Amino acid sequence: MSDDIKVFGFWIYLMTDLVIFAVLFATYAVLRDSTFGGPSGNDLFDMPFAFAETIILLTSSFTCSLATLSVYRAKKNSVIFWFAATFALGAAFLFLEFSEFSKFIRMGAGPQRSGFLSSFFSLVGIHGLHISIGLLWMVISMFSIWLRGLLAPTVSKIFRLALYWHFLDVVWIFIFTAVYGMSRL
Amino acid sequence: MQEFFFGKLTLDALPHHWYTIGATATIAIMGLICAAVLTKTKRWSWLWNEWLTSTDPKKIGTMYMIFAAVMFVRGMIDSGMILLQQSIAADSQGYLTAEHFQEIFTSHGDIMVFFVTMGFFFGFMNWILPLQIGARDLAFPFLNSLGFWLTAAGGALINLFFTCGGHFANTGWLAIAPLSELEFNPGAGVDYLIWSLQLSGLGTLLAGINFVVTIIKKRAPGMSLMKMPLFVWTSLCAMILVISAFPVLTATTLLLWFDRILDMHIFTVGVGGNQMMYFNLIWMWGHPEVYILVIPAFGMFSEIVSTFSQKKVSGYTSMVYAAFAITFLSYLVWLHHFFTMGAGADVNSFFGIVTMLIAIPSGVQVFNWILTMYKGRVTFSSPMYWFIGFICLFTLGGMAGVLMASPPADFQVHNSLFLVAHFHTMIIGVALFGIFAGLTYWFPKIMGFTLDERLGKRAFWFWLIGYFISFVPLYLLGFMGATRRLDHYAASTGWQPFYVTSALGFAIISCGVITQIVQLIVSIRKRKQHLDTTGDPWNGRTLEWSTSSPPPFYNFALIPTVTSRDEFWQMKQSNRHLENHYEDIELPKNTGMGIYISGFAFALGFALVWQILWLAILAPFGIVVCLTIRSLDDHTEYVLPAEKVMQVESERG
Repeated sequence: MSDDIKVFGFWIYLMTDLVIFAVLFATYAVLRDSTFGGPSGNDLFDMPFAFAETIILLTSSFTCSLATLSVYRAKKNSVIFWFAATFALGAAFLFLEFSEFSKFIRMGAGPQRSGFLSSFFSLVGIHGLHISIGLLWMVISMFSIWLRGLLAPTVSKIFRLALYWHFLDVVWIFIFTAVYGMSRL
Repeated sequence: MQEFFFGKLTLDALPHHWYTIGATATIAIMGLICAAVLTKTKRWSWLWNEWLTSTDPKKIGTMYMIFAAVMFVRGMIDSGMILLQQSIAADSQGYLTAEHFQEIFTSHGDIMVFFVTMGFFFGFMNWILPLQIGARDLAFPFLNSLGFWLTAAGGALINLFFTCGGHFANTGWLAIAPLSELEFNPGAGVDYLIWSLQLSGLGTLLAGINFVVTIIKKRAPGMSLMKMPLFVWTSLCAMILVISAFPVLTATTLLLWFDRILDMHIFTVGVGGNQMMYFNLIWMWGHPEVYILVIPAFGMFSEIVSTFSQKKVSGYTSMVYAAFAITFLSYLVWLHHFFTMGAGADVNSFFGIVTMLIAIPSGVQVFNWILTMYKGRVTFSSPMYWFIGFICLFTLGGMAGVLMASPPADFQVHNSLFLVAHFHTMIIGVALFGIFAGLTYWFPKIMGFTLDERLGKRAFWFWLIGYFISFVPLYLLGFMGATRRLDHYAASTGWQPFYVTSALGFAIISCGVITQIVQLIVSIRKRKQHLDTTGDPWNGRTLEWSTSSPPPFYNFALIPTVTSRDEFWQMKQSNRHLENHYEDIELPKNTGMGIYISGFAFALGFALVWQILWLAILAPFGIVVCLTIRSLDDHTEYVLPAEKVMQVESERG
């Protein structure tokens, strides 16, 4: 089966995933003021913290691109290295997200507190779930490259993994803007 | 300890009502009979190797249809129980409790929509679409198998409440919040509904992606988009709707589940939740879904009327544009399901007008179908009977729809039996009649012999007459003020005779279904007299008829080069034949991974319904392991050498 077909199919999958995020964004937009007397986004969100998360994820997208460039040059070790870097940055992002979540929950601003917080945890949490799946996929890809080298089917999967990772980055940009940035409005 | 191993599952969940015991026993007996037959005929490995693990779209298509047919009987029993209750429950509670009655209409709706109608359409698409576009397979054969098995897992989960739990959701098929929230609906019923729809929805989404890519990328050389048969076009429209609408269902029901399991407040009453958002989101999926159920039937009828009129379909280009106009408009009308929400006159008028606009492309199609027959040499075989019935019911149901598209009129009949009669007219008259017409039309291609015509026509008359006797009273009851989903009512309303008539209509429709089952048995027994040796029993027009009946497992020994719209018809007219040299063919290997992954997905659904933590961790782990094994397998295809193709072809004559 040609690669072309797989990439096209994967793009369609990404668009369907984007529809899921569209629903979550819409839910957040509807519920962002439904704080039910609890804390609002302006009270909770720490902009420098969210900005740090953003920089980390953007950098991980950059290292992911370096990994795909190394695939073109057929340098197996450098592919693994850059994916390891991407993994580390992705894991750091996830750690920051968890610490933010646990901070909110400890403050009594958990997902049960209000409609606003429910939609916040759903949107950001499902993005985080996608990141975790991406990290898992990355580990499996790295093992596959390490054990078997850069075989044609593996390379094809790496490109799709990279597409997925950049896609999550784009979604995060929107989360950063619509959730964190607009909380100051 | 018990909490750890079994979550919320207790001994009370075992069957103890008459209906749960009855259903569990029925399922067990059916399973035992199948197992006994398979063991006696030593066919277990045949079943596994030839069918369950197959990646051949024709076999997957057959499995979809068998699955849908079984679920159809299940859904029919539900509707019989509903109508029986309503015809005796004047001034009495009837034979069902209110709770049980509500569970029945909920499962009737979900089963008929997700598993019957969509199951049959996916069956047809798997069978016919690759043949019509001159392809050997779908773009992603493994995803196809996985999609089917996920749908089957969803179907198993929706029936599992009989054995484990005893209660299904009592919310109506859309699980409308806040009724479906934990506060008003504790227990596992709604969770069964949510996870059944998650699994089958994922299966549908995978199939949707697969078919879109197949249609765009796998057409035979020369088949430009405007040379595609109309069934391919309408399938493309339906699949575009699937890929853009089903993620909304996934996200919405997931949010509902978050509300239930994590005590969130997205759709709840109070604490900042917004119930009307659930209506909006679920219908943003739901209205496109309604068109997913009817658009493929439009294409099937276009093929049928053109074949049996021996004439090309009238206004092909306008048919394509009409299908796309309907597809596009179907995204913009969701609010007409709740005009009474109080969104205001401006919003209601917008959605009312857009809804009425759909009548225009629909009308274009109806006139084109009629014009196709005009001056054609029409043969009234039984698919044409279904076609004529469809035109009548589609027009009738469409008129009722346009009536309700006007918000002031809708306020009068909102949530009444008039609405129920309207959408049943559409689903029976368009989707089901389409499925029955398609089954009769393509049956010789699938099985190699035609269905018995006499019994087919008799079944049609049972269905048509039964439809009118069953649903005209519902239209009237709607005008008389009867709301939908009533488990009992006062005799002084004078509604009982109408309900009884409606139940009588159901009995006539049941005779139609029994006739169809008899038709199938009779046709199989008399197959020698009805063999289709030419592969083209109806003097067909499109490429599927150029193959033998049934086609070889690789569909085409040589991929045809397409030059015109009705390619096979042109070939016959110009006496052109497919070339006779053979080439190596690359085909997908069978794989059991679709079943394994769906098995784990089923376990995950079960674990989440009953909150069994260890299983909810183990099952995704199993899925990841299966996916990893599959992704490391580089030999998923095999090559069928040209000599072997020649051998198969010569054996087939």
